[in-house]
This record gives sequence, C-alpha cells and structure tokens, in this order.
Amino acid sequence: MSEPILEVKNVFLSFHGVAALTNVSFHVTRGEIFSIIGPNGAGKTCMMNCVNGLYHPQRGSILFNGSDITNLSPHRRAALGISRTFQKIELFGGMTVLDNIRLGRHMHMRSGIVSSSIYWGKTKREETDHRKFIEEEIIDLLEIEAIRHEVCGMLPYGLQKRIELARALALQPEMVLLDEPLAGLNLEEVEDMARFIIDLNEDPRWKVTCVLVEHDMGVVMDLSDRVMTLNFGVKIAEGTPQEVQENPEVIKAYLGEVEDLYVSRR
Amino acid sequence: MSAADNIGTYTEIDIPKDLTLPKLLISQCRKFGSHKVAMREKEFGIWRPVSWSQYLENVKYICLGLVSLGLERGDKAIMIGDNRPEALWTEMAAMCGGGVGVWLFQDCLMDEVQYIVDHSDAKFYIAEGQEEVDKALAIRDNCPKLQKIVWDDPKGLRHYDDPMLISLDEVMNLGRDLERKDPELFQRLVDQGQGDDVCLLFYTSGTTAKPKGALLTHYNMLTMGRNLMRVDPCTPQDDFVSYLPFAWIGEQMMSISCGLQVGFTLNFPEEPETAQANVREIGPHVMFAPPRLYEQYTREVQVKHLDATWLKRSVFNLAMQIGYAVAERKFSKKPVGWHWKLLWALADAGSYSKIRDHLGLSRVRHAYTGGAAMGPDHFRFFHAIGVNLKQIYGQTEIAGISVVHRDDDIKFDTVGTPIPETEVRITESGEIISKSPSVFLGYYKMEEETQKTLKDGWLHSGDTGFIDEDSHLVVFDRTKDIMILSDGSKSSPQFLESRLKFRPYLKDALVIGHEKPHVTAIVCIDYKTVGKWAEDHGINYTSYPELSQLPQVYELVSKPIMEVNRTLPEPAKIRRFANLYKEFDADDDELTRTRKIRRAFVENRYKEIIDALYSGQEELHMETTITYEDGRVAEIRQDIRLMNVRADGGK
Repeated sequence: MSEPILEVKNVFLSFHGVAALTNVSFHVTRGEIFSIIGPNGAGKTCMMNCVNGLYHPQRGSILFNGSDITNLSPHRRAALGISRTFQKIELFGGMTVLDNIRLGRHMHMRSGIVSSSIYWGKTKREETDHRKFIEEEIIDLLEIEAIRHEVCGMLPYGLQKRIELARALALQPEMVLLDEPLAGLNLEEVEDMARFIIDLNEDPRWKVTCVLVEHDMGVVMDLSDRVMTLNFGVKIAEGTPQEVQENPEVIKAYLGEVEDLYVSRR
Repeated sequence: MSAADNIGTYTEIDIPKDLTLPKLLISQCRKFGSHKVAMREKEFGIWRPVSWSQYLENVKYICLGLVSLGLERGDKAIMIGDNRPEALWTEMAAMCGGGVGVWLFQDCLMDEVQYIVDHSDAKFYIAEGQEEVDKALAIRDNCPKLQKIVWDDPKGLRHYDDPMLISLDEVMNLGRDLERKDPELFQRLVDQGQGDDVCLLFYTSGTTAKPKGALLTHYNMLTMGRNLMRVDPCTPQDDFVSYLPFAWIGEQMMSISCGLQVGFTLNFPEEPETAQANVREIGPHVMFAPPRLYEQYTREVQVKHLDATWLKRSVFNLAMQIGYAVAERKFSKKPVGWHWKLLWALADAGSYSKIRDHLGLSRVRHAYTGGAAMGPDHFRFFHAIGVNLKQIYGQTEIAGISVVHRDDDIKFDTVGTPIPETEVRITESGEIISKSPSVFLGYYKMEEETQKTLKDGWLHSGDTGFIDEDSHLVVFDRTKDIMILSDGSKSSPQFLESRLKFRPYLKDALVIGHEKPHVTAIVCIDYKTVGKWAEDHGINYTSYPELSQLPQVYELVSKPIMEVNRTLPEPAKIRRFANLYKEFDADDDELTRTRKIRRAFVENRYKEIIDALYSGQEELHMETTITYEDGRVAEIRQDIRLMNVRADGGK
C-alpha cells in the first residue's frame, strides 16, 4: 500500500515570468485519494497538467511507478496508465455517450487498420471484449444506461461530467486525475459523484488511485486520505485532512490576509 | 414432436383444488424445458434470456436456501425492489416452500415499510440493493419477527457485514447444499401445497386508511388468470413487458396468473429510466397499465405535436380526424364502410403506425387500463390510432379483475362485462358487488374489515355504479366520493378530473363540489408542457411554484376548463379554480402508491384553498410542508391566485 505511484520532485513551472508552480514536491501513494486544494489561481490545474503532460515543467522531475515521465507526451503517459477529466468539459459534443467512452478505450485497441477494416476473428473478439468492458464495468458503475445512445452535447451538465469520468475510466487507468469533478453539480449529483469516486477507489475490480482537485471542502475532507494545499504556486501544507484543516497557513490562505501574501511574494 | 406442438399453442389448463402456482410452474417447465425463453432481462445493454428450466432451477435453489434459513409453511416473505427476474424467482421460491409473498412498493417511505413488515409478521425481507437494505436495517428493531434480509445487487453493499444480511447467491448455495443432502425435498415441499393455501398477502393501496392486507390463495390467482384468458387468450409466443410495480395486483395478474398459465415471455427493462425505450424494443403483444401511463402517452404525443413542423401537424390533424371518425363508428357499432377503411389505412401508413411504434404499441393486441377511471377522450384517442384499448375493472380482493371490455363491444363510459365464472350485481344502495372463485379469503388480522367487505361470498367494492342496457357495468365512483351538486343531482369528481387530465397542460386535478353552491377545482399543471409553453412565449420562471402562479398560466389553464365545461350540464360546470404550487405526490400521502388521489386527505390538506375558492377572494397566502423521500421535511410559503372561469367559453 505504501509504495508511491507518483512522485513529483521540485517542480518549477512559469509562463513568461509568472511563476505558476514553485518548487513543488509531493508523492501520491498507490490506492489513495490524494487531493490538491487551494484558492483560485493557486496552480492546482497547472499541477494536474504537468502530471498529465499538457505542460512540461521547466525544472524538476515527475516519476510514475518509479520511471521518469517528465518529458513524455500526454498520450505516452496515458498508455502508462494516467487518465484525467477536465474542469471544463472536453467531450465531443456531437458524438453519442457510447462513442465518447469508446474513444477512451482506443488506447487498448491492438488491431491495426487493415484487420479492423476486415473485422473478423481476433479483431471481432477484441471489439466484443471492449464493449463488454464498457457495458459491465463503466456504464453499470456510473448508472448511465438510459443515456448511452444520446448525443453528449444535448445532455445536462451534471451528466456530461459523469461521461467525462466514464471516458477517463475506459482507459482502465492506474491513476486518474480528477479536475474539479463536482464543480457546477447540484447536491444530488455531488453525492452521486462522490460515491462513484469512492467506488472506483475501493472496488477490488478498479482500485484506482485518485488525484482530486476540488473546491468542495466537505467532500474533499470526507473522501481524501491526504491533502496538499497550494497557494500561489507554493506548497503550504500536506497531510491528513485533519492536519491540513488545522494548519494556520491554510486558514490564512483561505480566510484572508491576502495583501500580506502579495507582499511576501515580491 | 408432440411436445413441440404443445409449446406453440395455449390450451386452457384444468384447475383442480390441489393445483398451486408452484405445481403449475413445474409442469410448465417440463413442457417448455430449456428451449423456450421464460423471461428476458436487459442487462449491460443486451437482452439476456432465461429459459424455463433455468427459471425452475433458480426457484428451486432459492426455495431450498430459504428453507435452510428457517422458512416454514405460512411464513411471510417481504419483497421490495425493481422488476427483475430475481424478484419473480424469490416470489415463486417463497410460494414453493409454502410461504406467502408480500410485495412492497419500492418507493414506500420508512413508516409504511415498517407498518407492513410488522403487520404481516414477515420473517424474510428480500431486497434488491442498498437502498432497500437500508430501509430494512432502519426498521428492524421495531419488527422483532424479522430474521433475515436477503439482497441480490451488491452495488454499495461492500462494507455491510451485518449478520442479518445474506446475499441471494449465498442463499442459493445453501439451497444447493440442502439439495445434495435431500434431493427429493423440493418436490415434497411443492406437493404439500394446496389450492386453498394463501400464496400472496397483498396490501391494498388504501385511499382512506392504513393499508389492509388481502389474503389471496393459489386458487384465486389461477382462476382469475384462466377466466381472463378465456376472454382474451394469449399465446406462448407473446411478449409482455413487466415494468410496473409487482406490488400492484395488475402486474401480478399478468406476470403470475396469466404468464404462468400461458407461458408467454416476460421482459424486464434494464433500469426504470429505460423502461419506455425497452418497451419499444420488445413491442409487447399485451399490456396492462393504470390510466396514468396512457395519460402520459397521450400527453407525449400532444407535446410532440405542438413541437412539430406545420406539415407534420397538418398530416397528424387530418389523420386524427379520420381516426376519430372511424373509432366513433366502431364505438356506436355502425359498419365501417370500405372508403373509411381505405382512408384509415392511408392515415395508418402516414401517421398512426409511427405513433404506435414510438409508444411501443406497434404489436399490441390487447391494451388494458384499470385501477382508476380514464377519461373518454383518452379512449377515443387510442382507438383512433388503432390501439385496442380496453377498460378493466376489479380489485385486489378479487385477485385482479372481474369485468372487462370485449373486442368490438367497447363503450368508453363503461368498464365492460364480467369475465366467465364471475357475477356482478348492484345492491339497493347502488354498490357494486361481485362473486367469483377468485374472491379473496379476507384481510389479514382485520376481522371487522373482512366482515364489512365480504358478505356471503359477495365482495363489496365500495364503488357505486349501475348496469346499463347492454349489461355493461358502469362504475360511477367510489361511493363516498360522489358529489351531490347544488341542484341535488349526483356527479362523479373522478369523471370530471379525468376529462381535465386529457388536456396536455393539466397533469392532475381535484374537483370539489359536494354539497357546495358550485363546482371548483384545484389544478396541478404539467411542469414539462407548461414550462415549454412558457419558454416558447418568452415567459420567465424559475420553479414550479412560480410558474404555476403566473397570470398567463392561469389564462392557459382556464381555456381547457372552459372547453370541458361546454360539455357539462349547468350545475356540474367548474366555476372557479386555483393552480396548486406543487404536483400531487405519493410521498406526501396525497396519492396512493398506485397514484390514485386520496381525496379526503387532499381535501383536508388544502382546506384553506377550498375555503378560499368559495369565498370570492382573489388571492390566498399559504404555508405548508412537503416531505422528501428520505423523510426530510421542508416548509413552503406561497401565495395562491384564485380565478373564476368565464361562463361564455366561446362557441
């Protein structure tokens, strides 16, 4: 349980002189739910993007399962078992729910373009297996049976969020990065989503390590095994939800004295 | 070879006094074996069949499993959950072991669950998944007779390790162990059963008081199914979709009484939300649903119609004119001329067949409605589009139905004529009473109620009605609901309400007028259709309460009321109405679980509004509470408008 799945060491990321992440180091243990919190603009999504490969940090290194992935492109990282959802929904609005999820499964398709065109024997069996996986493991888990043939763009926001998660899961990841999965959801949808996150973290068939960026403190504190707090790109706290909640720096970051912080940064 | 011949056709079965549902199950399984599909469930996107032999196998192991957990003859087993094969297996299994099945509506609130579990002395509680298990765990301290809670859907139950819980798989494993020890036990258990044994304890929805448990025997259920099949035979090739609650007698009647005798295939939808789509995929040959469902169908068509392009609307309007004209001829038993038939065929190709397909009614041979009154407009509509919709009348206490329309003898203001072996009479006071082999034994632990309902084998329905010149039964209303109008004439609020409910913008209504100077109504608008109308007309709203109180919506609602008024005699005309700020809801006890209005309760609850309707006030300030399914209570403060219905009402 205690081996780290992800190690982030001394990461620096800046955009034209604006420091987004400054010397951030942390690790995520296999099987845990690890949350990154912080005020707006603290660099949470930047951190996600670094892990996922959308951004490449100027300095520092990122290790996944012990191997250095700092310079890998996003699709290579996906192949290693890192998938993610987006804060702003990034689905293909004109495609059906099922097609969007299948797309997430693309990484696992072994058949080439020729055998797929012929679609016989092994290729056909492979396709059946993928469909089976999507139906039995994902659609059933996320309770989206009723909308599987609907076009994504027509669905309400809460369901689109759920499809994002479904597509991320289709990759069968070892670790999933969830960027504000609860933002914009109503109370019932939040409860559902929180339960899905617990399910895929605990269910022996999934056992996915979750890295969660979220503003809903109630949910974060309930779900997380450990929490890290960022503020203006600097890690100010890390520990159990209890420890982080009591940390004076965190309280300060959330509750005010913002001006002081500005001063200290200059 | 001869076996194959048997599979294809339905031959009426003999019902000797010792025949039970389990015995019939075994003989049907022998007949159909592993070649015929007994039931299908859509799971993971695929329809998965269960053959008759698998059906019996599962029932056997569950039964033996329950026996090894302590099931004895006469023990009650509560069942709660969605319609799914496991539900039927456990019900049959309990019966095979001599037990009695008790069904709960899945959305029952905690205190209803507790009342029924406790009152029925249930030993087993067979749940579907976490939600139902949670209900059981919450009430078990108050139900000391409860011994085991069985579940079959593991979702969310990972951390549940209460010793009272057991999974259906484990139960079946216990059953397999017991069979190894005593291979003949199952057959012996089934053989012990007698036709007069109680097989179901059926809690009636109770529009007035606490639910009453009706005791139904195997013989009741079997004769009821046989007599219905004598009127409208089904074939083993037929498909039926089971998606209405098993706790409703109509579903038991189709799935168990008729399904087992005929051997048609039962289909279970994937999820309650996908039921409509799944019905369309299957295209059932026979269906039985309460009026609510047909009302919803018509509303859907009406809404789609409002939404359609000019050309489509015109085709539909033209087709409906033809359809209504042909239906009218059929109702009045006039011959339908060849030119009408030709026109109808054209309209069918252009319009009806598509509508039927979308509603999942393309193959339906008999569609029944029962359980509450349905307006004549709905009847006309369905016959116009070529759906053979027939009214059924009956009670839980007579194992389902006693009266039904015959094909080609449909009068939409009647419920038809009695099924074979059934006598229906009207008492001097106008009450409908009936007698048949399917009349129940009595209410469980309610001697007094039993005596009131069951006199010399005659079942007293509590409904007022009469028998018309064609010997059709006409059900007027519940006796206690009948209104005496200002001029002393009698009227049925249910009738007026069902007329109002045909209008697309109105979902529900409560009509008041008993011993009042005039008739008034409390109306619940249909959120979806009225919401859409408001959007189309650029009217802003944020919620149901707000939408319902908009002056424009009042205008919208008053139009259909005026239209209905035009067809009514002067004293029965609705003079004044108010839009309610919420829909009637079973969780607030306003409707029964089968969605019949609980009139006395609702009238009492909205007494303030009713008083205001008769006071001449323009507006009323209200405070009230609503209950959520999880038991939370919220308070609503609301101003309600009251509006007079204009007398002119156009032409």
